[in-house]
Amino acid sequence: MTLKHTPLYAEHITTEARMVDFAGWEMPIYYTSILEESRSVRKSAGLFDISHMGRVRLSGAGSAQTIQYMTSNNVNNLKAGMAQYSLITNPLGRVKDDIIVYCESHESYLLVINASNSAKDLEWIKFHQVQDTVIQDITEMSAMIAVQGPNAPDIVSKLLQSEQLLSMPRFYYAPVKYQGAELTVCRTGYTGEDGFEIIAPASESKSLWSSLVSSGCVPCGLGARDTLRIEAGYPLYGHEIDENISPLEAGLMWAVKLDKGSFIGKNALLEDKSSGLARRLMGLVLEDRVPPRQGYTIHHSDEVVGEVTSGAFSPTLGRSVAMGYIKRGYDKVGSAVEIEIRERRYPARIVNKKNLLV
Amino acid sequence: MYKVPEGLKYSRSHEWVRLEDSSIAVVGITDHAQAELGDIVYLNLPEPGRMLQYDEQFGEVESVKAVSELYTPLTGEVIESNNPILDNTEIVNEDPYIKGWLIKLRIADPKELENLMDANGYIRMLE
Repeated sequence: MTLKHTPLYAEHITTEARMVDFAGWEMPIYYTSILEESRSVRKSAGLFDISHMGRVRLSGAGSAQTIQYMTSNNVNNLKAGMAQYSLITNPLGRVKDDIIVYCESHESYLLVINASNSAKDLEWIKFHQVQDTVIQDITEMSAMIAVQGPNAPDIVSKLLQSEQLLSMPRFYYAPVKYQGAELTVCRTGYTGEDGFEIIAPASESKSLWSSLVSSGCVPCGLGARDTLRIEAGYPLYGHEIDENISPLEAGLMWAVKLDKGSFIGKNALLEDKSSGLARRLMGLVLEDRVPPRQGYTIHHSDEVVGEVTSGAFSPTLGRSVAMGYIKRGYDKVGSAVEIEIRERRYPARIVNKKNLLV
Repeated sequence: MYKVPEGLKYSRSHEWVRLEDSSIAVVGITDHAQAELGDIVYLNLPEPGRMLQYDEQFGEVESVKAVSELYTPLTGEVIESNNPILDNTEIVNEDPYIKGWLIKLRIADPKELENLMDANGYIRMLE
């Protein structure tokens, strides 16, 4: 299979990034060092090519209804210029994907979906579309760039000469003109830092990327992106969420609106809610530097009480952090557990997953 | 390209050996090995006193991306491990041949050195 290339592929090759296959895309895993790149996002600003993420526009009189029925959050709460984290749930109320919905108008929405789920989601959307919905996959005609870190707002607002970006709240976006092209600049991110995710026409993305690098943003690969999202406690499809996991267990009920009317999986989710949780996604902080990986078991004395979903050495803390599902009764914040790594047990403390760095 | 200093011996599993004198050998991983691993975040090294047989696993080196086993290129007794780098594992990435050494061995059989490659041999293997 030939790997797909983003519009910024040539930039990555020129800067000698280490490239890997990620969901069918040849993507940079790092340029210089995963740890250095992660630190620059925490300290100043980092730049990520996230063009591999799927971008699908739903427009027409039926688009809002199509999205409302297919996703867990309430699309009717959106006004033009707002974005929303949401879940595509299956009929069993389990997670097919986590997505961001941009409201362009009440007859036009842009869905940003995971690269690894793009084909599956697109098929699902086509199957469930109601009348008067036009579906357009704009992934390959556009690029998407994340600028993240404490210096990101200053750098981006200066480069794009747009003061309004500084006061724009999280999960709002604005169209901004740049060298004659229209960019979509949204105050979102996947690192736990302030910043923006920018959608640009493919043809303009190289010049935007170079200008951001010249303005002091450090190019960061998918390695740093993963480390940073684990530190921030954000779920990743295939790790913390998948088609066997309920949003209730994953702590994502804030993105599920059970009072909004009918949607796929709603009845199953109502049942989940009344029967309660068997396990819960928690954060873990280790004493050691050894990174726990997906599938490692979590122990409380002689009992296996859970399983790691993601883990990484945290350059911010100087030791490893993880997320994992832990059986109810053993999941109290502050409790001590052990993680088994290659037949040795390493002590860890349970923390709130919104708070891995605290 | 990768640094492969003259005067060291190299194993097929990308460890290097430097003789301190006729019986003491210092062991580490090569520049190629550290570059392939990427950022090293965790090292597990043996306690002094442990006897290692040729090609026995003596520890682990783990990067952000992957874990890799460490094999001794020589038979001998561990007389020292480079413990100060355990909390600063990036030293192995930055300086794999000097500050980033891993263990010192009192070697049992100097003849085993003949099984190892010299710098040119290791460069050819990498090619």
